[in-house]
Amino acid sequence: MAYPYVHEREVRMISRNFGDPAARTLDGYRERGGYRGLERAFEIGPAAVIDEVKASGLRGRGGAGFPTGLKWSFMPKAGVKPHYLLCNADESEPGTFKDRELIRWDPHQLIEGCLIAAYAMGSRHAYIYLRGEFFEASQVMARAVEEAYERGFAGRRILGSENDIEVTVHVGAGAYICGEETGLMNSLEGRRGEPRVKPPFPAAVGVYSMPTTINNVETLAAVPHIVEHGGEWYRQWGTDKSPGTKLFCVSGHVEKPGNYELPLGFPMMELIEDVCGGVAEGRSLKSVIPGGSSVPLMDVEDCRECTLCYEGVEAAGSMLGCASVIVMDDRTNIVREVRRMVQFYAHESCGQCTPCREGTPWMTQVLRRIEAGRGTESDLDTLLDMSAQMTGTTICVLSDSAAAPVVSSIEKFRDEYLALIHGGERVEVA
Amino acid sequence: MATIYVDDRPYEVDPAKNLLEECLSKGLDLPYFCWHPALGSVGACRQCAVKQYRDENDQRGRIVMACMTPAMDGARISIRDKDAVQFRAGIIELLMSNHPHDCPVCDEGGECHLQDMTVMTGHNYRGYRFGKRTFTNQQLGPFINHEMNRCITCYRCVRYYRDYAGGKDLDAFASHNHVYFGRHEDGALENEFSGNLVEICPTGVFTDKTLKQHYTRKWDLQTAPSVCAHCSLGCNTIAGERYGQLRRILNRYNAQVNGYFLCDRGRFGYGFVNGDRRLRQPRLLQDGESRPVSGAEALKRTALLLGRQSRVIGIGSPRASVEANFALRTLVGSRNFFSGMAPGEEHLVARMLHVLRGAGVRTPSLCEVESADAVLVLGEDVTQTAPLLALAIRQAVKQAPRRQAMQLRIPRWDDAALNEVMQQQKGPLYIATPAGTRLDEAATQCFRGAPDDVARLGFAVARALDATAPPVRGLSREERAAVQAIAGALRKAERPVVVSGSGCGSEAVVDAAAQVARALGGAGTANLCFTAAECNSFGLGLLNAMGTAEAFQRVADGLVDTVVVLENDLYRRVGRASVEAMLASAHVVAIDHSATDTVAGAEVAFPSGTFAETEGTMVNNEGRAQRFYQVFVPQGEVKPAWSWLGELAQAAGRTELTGLRSPDDLLAALGRAVAAFEGLPERVAGASFRVNGEKVPRLSPRASGRTAVSANVNVHEPKPPEDPDSPLAFTMEGYPQQPPSPLITRFWAPGWNSVQSLNKFQAEVGGALAGGDPGMRLIEPVANGAAAYTDEIPPAFRRRAGEFLVVPLHHIFGSDEQSAVAPAVAQRSPGPYAALSPEDAQTLGVQDGEFVEIELDGGMFQLPALLMSSMTVGVLGVPVGIGSLRGVDLPARSRCRRV
Repeated sequence: MAYPYVHEREVRMISRNFGDPAARTLDGYRERGGYRGLERAFEIGPAAVIDEVKASGLRGRGGAGFPTGLKWSFMPKAGVKPHYLLCNADESEPGTFKDRELIRWDPHQLIEGCLIAAYAMGSRHAYIYLRGEFFEASQVMARAVEEAYERGFAGRRILGSENDIEVTVHVGAGAYICGEETGLMNSLEGRRGEPRVKPPFPAAVGVYSMPTTINNVETLAAVPHIVEHGGEWYRQWGTDKSPGTKLFCVSGHVEKPGNYELPLGFPMMELIEDVCGGVAEGRSLKSVIPGGSSVPLMDVEDCRECTLCYEGVEAAGSMLGCASVIVMDDRTNIVREVRRMVQFYAHESCGQCTPCREGTPWMTQVLRRIEAGRGTESDLDTLLDMSAQMTGTTICVLSDSAAAPVVSSIEKFRDEYLALIHGGERVEVA
Repeated sequence: MATIYVDDRPYEVDPAKNLLEECLSKGLDLPYFCWHPALGSVGACRQCAVKQYRDENDQRGRIVMACMTPAMDGARISIRDKDAVQFRAGIIELLMSNHPHDCPVCDEGGECHLQDMTVMTGHNYRGYRFGKRTFTNQQLGPFINHEMNRCITCYRCVRYYRDYAGGKDLDAFASHNHVYFGRHEDGALENEFSGNLVEICPTGVFTDKTLKQHYTRKWDLQTAPSVCAHCSLGCNTIAGERYGQLRRILNRYNAQVNGYFLCDRGRFGYGFVNGDRRLRQPRLLQDGESRPVSGAEALKRTALLLGRQSRVIGIGSPRASVEANFALRTLVGSRNFFSGMAPGEEHLVARMLHVLRGAGVRTPSLCEVESADAVLVLGEDVTQTAPLLALAIRQAVKQAPRRQAMQLRIPRWDDAALNEVMQQQKGPLYIATPAGTRLDEAATQCFRGAPDDVARLGFAVARALDATAPPVRGLSREERAAVQAIAGALRKAERPVVVSGSGCGSEAVVDAAAQVARALGGAGTANLCFTAAECNSFGLGLLNAMGTAEAFQRVADGLVDTVVVLENDLYRRVGRASVEAMLASAHVVAIDHSATDTVAGAEVAFPSGTFAETEGTMVNNEGRAQRFYQVFVPQGEVKPAWSWLGELAQAAGRTELTGLRSPDDLLAALGRAVAAFEGLPERVAGASFRVNGEKVPRLSPRASGRTAVSANVNVHEPKPPEDPDSPLAFTMEGYPQQPPSPLITRFWAPGWNSVQSLNKFQAEVGGALAGGDPGMRLIEPVANGAAAYTDEIPPAFRRRAGEFLVVPLHHIFGSDEQSAVAPAVAQRSPGPYAALSPEDAQTLGVQDGEFVEIELDGGMFQLPALLMSSMTVGVLGVPVGIGSLRGVDLPARSRCRRV
């Protein structure tokens, strides 16, 4: 197939329809085996669905890796209050582009996942919160939802059953913080996209103050497969603690960047060297950010033995996050990259908590000064002090995310900082 | 009760509170910004960080926000922990990174919470070396000055303005470190409680624009506890003066009355004290010409008019203190003392007092209204007539949804979570008025009708609540449905409140409100809240004065030689013709602080002091007697009205006021003479009261310039004025610590220079003042006093062709006589108008802004038509106290035609 790049070691489950425009229609999706998971779900009933998902060991693909089945079981029993399922399609972590592809190529897979999840949790309404910048994806999604309604796959009496599940696509206005689950809820309600203090947790007080579960697109995309084939089947891939397959968004200095669906536990160097064709001829690997911009940087040493699963990356000193692998070769000016990331966080801070609101722009300016060759060694202490002030001290983790690359880069690439500070000019490594 | 350990010391705390509240209540200093006792916690600023430990063996602990952590039994925290101290200093440093450090030119300087907290955390070295973020400021109208560069983004302004006060036109815009708090465009802040932003804002973003026009630092203000004179609620204030000018009004916390807040009329309406309409010297009217004279000359002239053979009557005033009214009553005798209220208002005040004193219902304080869980408003546009009552009702509608939220085990203080759970839900609030009100947006349901129909609705609700109440016949189907809904909501409520008053001028409405309250179960539950027109309407009402109309009748009958008018512009009370007839046929002696039309027509006029220049007692709508103290010694021959009355009596050789030389004397005599005031004199801190043998100073120890201010005249420091009438002194010397609660001249505590120092004056944060909230309730329900239901139910309003029922419409800015001339308030006052429904306008063939003519009380008035979609058909509204239409008792029927 012509999808930008595919590799024979991939396990194409949720990405099986990537590059295949015919799968976007309901009929095309059905022909490729779609909506069987939903049919099976209706057969086995909500409790059994949750059991299957629990058995599969599926972990949330949005970054935190929380077990999905467990999360679903937190929802109170269906009672007088409506329950809501939110699909977090506000994919905006720098380096991440998997959800966009899942929506663009296979919208019905997501709809099916939403329907199954909503059904399992007794929710009669699923909201898909789409990132504002996803113009094409929003059109594809809107068309697919419309078609699902027309054909009785959404709305009242789905597939002739007694189950009513509404599906609403909501397009955000383009703010990173609205991808934080409670910020998303506020945004969906029409308020400022400011994360909420927990407790109360969404399962008790979520969107419109009702019990809510929020799942990532990729998580929900895996659900139909798990329900159709069973939880044990899903465990044939991946590791014990990280079962299943995962989309890896590889970007940066590799020959073949792109989305690759691989079993969890895949060795990182093989992903870079083998699957993605390695860094360009004559260049060498310098650093990898394994899980999107908000996780610590890894140096080559860290990467060598690292396997790409939740526990593997953690052992290597970083986090798998949403598996957005940003590869940097020896041309990279680390300070500049870190500054760009922190600048991004400074711009995307909602402005609620002081450490984040004031700390991120301050760090940006310090980094910019170092980058321009006017920094001092004490600036590094300032950056580390501020990082400490910003870690674990705010309502959401945006400021932690901004601090992580700063701390890890100073730890691992201190020489580069010092070269800029002492060299008085920008250092281009040969 | 629970025990928490703060730095290893045990404290008994309330587990329903959070750690920040409890630390502050125990007198521990912990800095904060986004938390406010009236607003609760959101955990945004991260300033109140403390270290929390799992148990006594935990050495590491973790940083938590005190405002977001419940004071659970056994909790162990440290404020002094090194990490926590460092973290808090770091937060201040971050907050200050963009702050302009412009304290010397900032109006907040010296009473700035940000300054206090910065000093408290110990942060003093600035690490930020980059350019600062800047904003463009907005023109926010005559009350509030805007300086966004100083903002530290604590969000208190929008939380207060939107969530608490129900405002719509102030919001947070943009994000990251560019969050902007302002309006979508320049313009006056629309909410009636915008002035509280001055006290809510922890720094100088929102400051008092009226103060800016004659700016003085807090420490240079001479301040005294005062009571607002601009409506019947009697909010407690602190009034501040320098160089003979009243400079500003601040809130004076009273948990039972105004709590933390004031309305904009109360805060910005003080300008009349400094106004050019002030009367500063006695005046004589001779040969149609008024000229200023000395006090002695004026007294000499008056002595003749008040001589023993003279038949003298006195006309009191609902805006004069109880003492001044009683002095006049004593001088002329109770049979010759007339209330001076408009006849309709006078009747209603008597009626309301009768209900409250006899019928076994209890009137709630504002604080109790806030905690009501169902409210019925009959006939009263409270936002305009008693603004802070509207603010209290806005809190009351949150009670029912909050109760639901708390069932989810969300603590009372967790504002962020409560807001998420409550969303836009509101508890039951029903409003029945002739025209739309600002409070309608918070109401469950509104009902529009002529006053009689409003009353009928009320009577029907009473009937629905209690089958022994008389029925109301001929209600429409919609009315019956509304009645059922209202009765259902009130019955279900634990603390229902009925709100009414003299606002729409209808006795039936007042009776209906009383009927509903009785039907709800009467005494024991706080459930009937009346508002009156003026600050001392109820105080005057309790003095059993004769009716105003009778005074005019007596003059007309030639039975009167001299009329003494106390602080009252009679043109606002009765028709022009009646006043002019009185001025023509009797000698009129007027005592007032401003040159009113009555003063202009009086033969002799004496300048009295405003609330800021005298001392006295007023009785608010709750029946709470509250004392206000003199703030400063006025210039010229301005004296308290009771003082002039004493001198008048003496000059005329009369002995009635002999021995009554001070407010204390008068109050003591009043306590003996009028049963309602029994016990009050003993409760008031009189002139002889001392704290540790010392008087309470009106000036702060930091007041500057006393020794130099008159050095151009004489290098010797002048002796400060004596104050023989109160336990306060016009100096900075005196008892240096916290005075008893009724004598709080300013909120200040060591390290706490801003209004937030109030925490130190409360027994516990957000609760009563230490030593109890000031004021004494004079009206308590009579036990077992359930009165009979009235069956005087008016017939439904019927419109007659070509004729309208003219009703009064009140305006927070403009309807109150005194504040209306304050420059800032005057800017917000509407012009005259005749409000009518679009249907009626069509019938009359008038467009918006075209003039209509109405005939009232024999006078013709031309007014621009104002089309008001919420106005009842057949009813026409005119603004109270605005334009030439005054002295007319409304409601009244009138012909109306297009000009």
